[in-house]
Amino acid sequence: MWAFINKLRSPKWFYAISERLLPWFWVAAAALILVGSVWGLAFAPADYQQGNSFRIIYVHVPAAFLAQSIFVSMAVCGLVYMVWKIKVADMVAAMVAPLGAAMTFISLFSGAVWGVPTWGTWWMWDARLTSMLILFFLYLGVIALRGAFASRDSASRAASVLAMVGVINIPIIKYSVDWWYTLHQPATFTVTGRVGMPMEMWAPLLIMVLGFYSFFIAVTLMRTRSEILRRESNKRWVRELAGERH
Amino acid sequence: MSKADSSVQRDAAHPAAVGEPGGGLAVAVWATLKRDLTLMLRRRGEVLNPLVFFALVITLFPIGISPDPELLATIAPGLLWVAALLAALLSLDSLFRGDYDDGSLEQLLLAPQPLAMLGLAKVAVHWLLTGLPLALMAPVLGIMLALPAGSYLILAISLALGSASLSLIGAIGAALTVGLSRGGVLLSLLVLPLYIPVLIFGAGAVQAAILGDGAAAHLAILGALLALALMLAPWAIAASLRISING
Repeated sequence: MWAFINKLRSPKWFYAISERLLPWFWVAAAALILVGSVWGLAFAPADYQQGNSFRIIYVHVPAAFLAQSIFVSMAVCGLVYMVWKIKVADMVAAMVAPLGAAMTFISLFSGAVWGVPTWGTWWMWDARLTSMLILFFLYLGVIALRGAFASRDSASRAASVLAMVGVINIPIIKYSVDWWYTLHQPATFTVTGRVGMPMEMWAPLLIMVLGFYSFFIAVTLMRTRSEILRRESNKRWVRELAGERH
Repeated sequence: MSKADSSVQRDAAHPAAVGEPGGGLAVAVWATLKRDLTLMLRRRGEVLNPLVFFALVITLFPIGISPDPELLATIAPGLLWVAALLAALLSLDSLFRGDYDDGSLEQLLLAPQPLAMLGLAKVAVHWLLTGLPLALMAPVLGIMLALPAGSYLILAISLALGSASLSLIGAIGAALTVGLSRGGVLLSLLVLPLYIPVLIFGAGAVQAAILGDGAAAHLAILGALLALALMLAPWAIAASLRISING
């Protein structure tokens, strides 16, 4: 166990192991997203209430899943960095933050596009939309704080603390927004008109979710690898690597 | 002035620190409280500014929206809460700034007592001189917004309870940004999303009092948020202060 953690400490080890893992995640992401989107967009039956517009679910839901889990993974990386001083964890945290913000934006945007045929408006102060919007602001805060420090070490630790504070607050925000919504808004619109989804709709969604996760892991590994090279550019192994590739 | 400030703190905290390292927590907390209160009361303007800001913002709404008392009454709980929240936010930037600039924050870090408790004392002073006056002033502004009768006491209580959570959460942001020369706007960006639950239940309490639903549930949740913030925020404040000082 400790040997494993000690290995994780080394960016060089991470660079080597991620090189072997990366193609697999790219292949998985491409295959799953291709299968899921073709199945979901072309073959899954249309919804009896929403018609074909429901198909945006195949982008909207995976993005929303990722938006939330990326924040949690960012906070976990922050904790690992603060406790064990593992530099790679901080690099991962720095690299996933813009991805998480992008995913939150995609889920908000696709929700708005979905809202036009379903609700007749681009924006509703719906509980889920509102908490997603707040999550977006939390991401922007973490990214802005990291960018504001001149010293990288301070930036990393400040962003870690803020990510951890944020992750404690996310469930509180979510439940209080739910409460607020039920108090203030009559529940005339239900986002999901269906109780249970038939298998033909549900299976491509699952495939898309898995595909989005593989894509996220692949992009994170790729970005972290280049961040390792950037931050460790004065280390010997990076110089040697650069030399042998020239 | 700054030289005198730090000496006040050192004189008070030093005997305990030298005599029994690690001990004397009550002495140190009391000294920090007293020092911060003295300093703030010497700069009355800084204490009054958030209150004036609060009154000004409330004045803007009838001018900007409509002087119609019925319309104002329906939006008054939210307006009062949002304006008070912004006023409290405005005063946050100076929470650790003075101590950071004159070096007394480093003295707090070096003290043998836990930084979390000393930070908590500073937050308590911030609440006493910002949150509590805002809560006491809110009913007066409520009259100007034609807030329905029967909700004034709840307004003051919810603001007093809620602003304590706001001070605690905001202090994390203030501690994170104190080392940055232009941290003011960033501070609001970090802190405002975290304020939303407090705003929901605070304004909700006033709304419930107006509707006659009984505001006890909302106040209880505000209290629960405060308990949670009291438990966790001091550690985050201490960690953030360490980052800002060492960086």
